[in-house]
Amino acid sequence: MSSDDPRQTIHDSTAPSTDTRDSRIGEGVDDRFNSKLREAFGASPFILTKFDKFMNWVRGNSMFMLQFGIACCSIEMIHTYAIKHDVDRYGAGVPRASPRQADVMIVPGTIVSKFGPRMKRVYDQMPEPKFVVGMGSCTISGGPFQEGYNVVKGAEEIIPIDIHVPGCPPRPEALIYGILKLQERIQHGESAPVVVKPYELEEFGDLPEDELIQKLAGEIDEDDLVMRYNWADSP
Amino acid sequence: MSTGIEKSEATGEEDALEALLADRAIAHDDHLNAPGFVVNPTDVQDVLTDLREEAGYDHLSCVTSQQYEDRYETIYHLTKFADRTDEVSVVVPTSLSNPVSQSAEPVFRTADWHEREAYDLVGIEYEDHPDLRRILLPETWQGHPLGGDYDQEKPQLVTLTEHENPIQPDHHDQESDTMFLNIGPHHPATHGVLHVKTVLDGETVVDVEPDIGYLHRCEEQMCQQGTYRHQIMPYPDRWDYVSAGLLNEWAYARAIEDMADIEVPEYAQVIRTMSAELCRIASHMLALGTFALDVYGEFTAIFQYTFRDREVVQDILEELTGQRMMFNYFRVGGVAWDLPEPREDFLEQTRDFLDELPAKVAEYNDMVTSNEIFQTRCVDTGVIDAETVKDYGCTGPVARGSGVDYDLRRDDPYGYYEDLEWDVITRDGCDNYARVLCRMQEVEESAKIIEQCVDLLEDWPEDERTVQANVPRTLKPDADTETYRAVEAAKGELGIYLRSDGTDKPGRFKIRSPCFSNLQALEEMSEGEYIPDLIASLGSLDIVLGEVDR
Ligand code: SF4
Repeated sequence: MSSDDPRQTIHDSTAPSTDTRDSRIGEGVDDRFNSKLREAFGASPFILTKFDKFMNWVRGNSMFMLQFGIACCSIEMIHTYAIKHDVDRYGAGVPRASPRQADVMIVPGTIVSKFGPRMKRVYDQMPEPKFVVGMGSCTISGGPFQEGYNVVKGAEEIIPIDIHVPGCPPRPEALIYGILKLQERIQHGESAPVVVKPYELEEFGDLPEDELIQKLAGEIDEDDLVMRYNWADSP
Repeated sequence: MSTGIEKSEATGEEDALEALLADRAIAHDDHLNAPGFVVNPTDVQDVLTDLREEAGYDHLSCVTSQQYEDRYETIYHLTKFADRTDEVSVVVPTSLSNPVSQSAEPVFRTADWHEREAYDLVGIEYEDHPDLRRILLPETWQGHPLGGDYDQEKPQLVTLTEHENPIQPDHHDQESDTMFLNIGPHHPATHGVLHVKTVLDGETVVDVEPDIGYLHRCEEQMCQQGTYRHQIMPYPDRWDYVSAGLLNEWAYARAIEDMADIEVPEYAQVIRTMSAELCRIASHMLALGTFALDVYGEFTAIFQYTFRDREVVQDILEELTGQRMMFNYFRVGGVAWDLPEPREDFLEQTRDFLDELPAKVAEYNDMVTSNEIFQTRCVDTGVIDAETVKDYGCTGPVARGSGVDYDLRRDDPYGYYEDLEWDVITRDGCDNYARVLCRMQEVEESAKIIEQCVDLLEDWPEDERTVQANVPRTLKPDADTETYRAVEAAKGELGIYLRSDGTDKPGRFKIRSPCFSNLQALEEMSEGEYIPDLIASLGSLDIVLGEVDR
């Protein structure tokens, strides 16, 4: 058939052509074609909403992790990727080195003041839709270092987090459980709401003037990005 | 066992030192581990030069800084590469109003970073220092957190700015152009959150400056807030966290046992020795795996193989301690509990691992060290000679790969090492290859140690299995007792300086991290080489950011 009138046959009949299939299957029950995919599509004509659902399902089953090691938890994270635990079994295996190729970020460790802005930057560089798994007590509250003068009291002060996996460090099994839970959430189209966080990157000039700002005014340009930590307000 | 140095032996030397320093030593301030001489802030370089040139103290192990109520104090912990038990401390007090002291950097290169850290965290200024800036905290930080009256509640500001090419201006007239390249802090080859500011001329590295502090978790503050008896021990696990936890715990255990004069039962020492060496194997395996990943992108074979082997070690350690990584198994005066029951099974499991190890090591040698690509990447790259190693205070496999025969397990014996048969591995290649081979062979030596420990444990009479000494529930060492004690951790000399203030918490807790000193030598290893060699050198240093930044 020439490509000039490719639609001809469809105009003729919109019924799926099942002749060949039927003759191949022969008699008897066979549900080879009642796949999950088919269930997800259903028979309804409202493609748009169903396509969303389809995309969520695809997304959940093919997560591209960001290769992102911070502290002790990252060692257990590597173990989760490596032999024995092998998170590739869940379609989340090979970590991507660049945030622009990744859609899930596991935050494995303590966030300190100097790293906060960098983590925010890496998160911002990931394309939408993106998801975050917080691994370990440090990303929940600062963990064992909660009282440290330099430690951010949980990654959620800076970026939204979808799943928290507690432990210090969580075992690989726990992380896998967390990843599975995230898959479930993604499949249901849920994700953590993006709200204004206590610590955001702002231009220095936009900050309300106070003693600290005055002191630093000579060192920092007006349009430099800064992150201000109000330790007294942290949890 | 950590009983201070032999006093009788030390006195003779002390006289000699006193004669050498003459009236530059204004007072004595002896530490448990070493005689201490108080000198004026203006005499630092003089005194250190004499100690180095005349008395042979060629290893500046650590620089401790602290603030007392009435003064600041910098302590230089000196020792000798040839004789680790021969130590001396140089104490430099400065006034609160004018905390300026002479820098030791012209004498010992390693003092550079140590003094920057002292400036950053405590607030002492060093005259003559080439580049006195903050090192761990952001440049815009206000106050010095480990100095007195620091208010932790005050807000702080951190910038996110582009870095500038530091030597662009002096290259303006030249034909070739330089390029500034940020490696990290989020980069797969930096093993964590390290930031390396690099300036390239074509593919050649002309300037490299590691920028650290992205994982500065206030470990020293945490330890100063904890009680000696139980609250400090969990933290060492988190310094060098690649399963080297027990080696780190030992550093603290050794320091406090020295300070509180606690004798550890022999049985516990054997268990300690065995479990610590297991940790060393796990740690060296990770070093090998990630190094293979760095130099020839080997994610599927070597990397996975080393992790397979690490899993086996971790299983054994989990049997013993109940944890895969953060063991918290050592106690002041011993270990937490005896081997798991049934003992035979545990010992069997350990033996199985040891039996399989030689075949695995052979396999690694087949696949890694005799691999042509690997050799091309590693042989004669990242060269650092023995003198530079000593100047930078590098220790561990980095020093031993450059032919410096220095291993605290032998040179300053502790635990049960003295009674066991094993060798210190040194190689004189001075390059990346030598460091990797050194680690591989150390794995074999560790296996020897473990094997002997297992034999000992198997035959240990049942009624002599004391796992802990009798230690009072609260430890309150006498006020102003000071000690500096080190052990051979996976990456090198891990030292702890402890000062008690009479309460049940330390007055000052300072960690001397081997990675901190080793990383400082990166510039020596990589300037003038190609950029891929820089990555290889960084990998072969085997740093752990948790320990670099603490
Ligand atoms: S939660 Fe524990 S193991 Fe994880 S990064 Fe924090 S301290 Fe390390």
